[in-house]
Amino acid sequence: MSATAYVCRQFVEDVTAYLEGALPDAVVVLVDLHLADCPHCREYLAQMRRTVEMTGALTEHDVDTMPDDVRRRLLRAFLESDQ
Amino acid sequence: MQATYAASVPAGDYADDELLAKALSAREPGAFEFLLDRYHGQLLRLARQYVPSDAVADEVVQETWLAVIQGVDRFEHRSSLKTWLFRILLNTARTHGVKEKRSTPVAMTVDDDEPAVEPSRFRRFSLRGRGQWKVPPQPWSDPEMSALAGETLATIDAAIAKLTPDQQRVITLRDVLGCSAAEVCDLLELSDSNQRVLLHRARSKVRAAVEQKYAEGVQ
Repeated sequence: MSATAYVCRQFVEDVTAYLEGALPDAVVVLVDLHLADCPHCREYLAQMRRTVEMTGALTEHDVDTMPDDVRRRLLRAFLESDQ
Repeated sequence: MQATYAASVPAGDYADDELLAKALSAREPGAFEFLLDRYHGQLLRLARQYVPSDAVADEVVQETWLAVIQGVDRFEHRSSLKTWLFRILLNTARTHGVKEKRSTPVAMTVDDDEPAVEPSRFRRFSLRGRGQWKVPPQPWSDPEMSALAGETLATIDAAIAKLTPDQQRVITLRDVLGCSAAEVCDLLELSDSNQRVLLHRARSKVRAAVEQKYAEGVQ
């Protein structure tokens, strides 16, 4: 497979393996060559990274606070469990 | 009475699993409260993917906390405290899930026929350009992205809710709750490559949802 045989349509399927470091070295070389040449795939890669980052921010907005009575009950159970 | 509960370990050190486990064994209230504060929301998120309603999820998480209390002296440092908690949650949720929600087959099948991007967005008929972008992704500009931040998070949440259950669980553990690939494989009993394919499908769909939302937003 030559470098030119590596296409955008393949990159969007390989992007996760690429980010996970799970691609064979020979393919990483092809991907890097392709990325150097293709601004759209660089954008796609940036968007995937951004997506992962934003997904990681979801819990910051969680407002699942525990009701006070439940919290007190659990804390009591915790303190009394030392027997 | 307050004085007897005074923590001997400063709260900051609870971030260290070993110190936290010790403090839990010593029944330091601060240590348990640290766990509650840090993981209650995360456990709820995870539980909701296994059971049909928020009410049942609440129940599952409370049961999980009771199981944690019972098992706190048996925590062995074979995994992080976090994965240990998640494992207890998953075991608890699965028993509820089996009872109260149509169970999903244990062996997760990976559908490989799900393109990450609409095939029509690539060239098909030009000999030289075949497989290259025809409708490439439009750059996401930072200012506009930030302006839409709240909506973007809601979009991501909604996109995750539409994934298949196995994709949901993988992306939640990996990207929302920050587990490593190895931890997810272990928790969900997945092979490396299945974990990766599920993550890939999930992330691709979430990216597409953000792209679509963003395209609407900038119009």
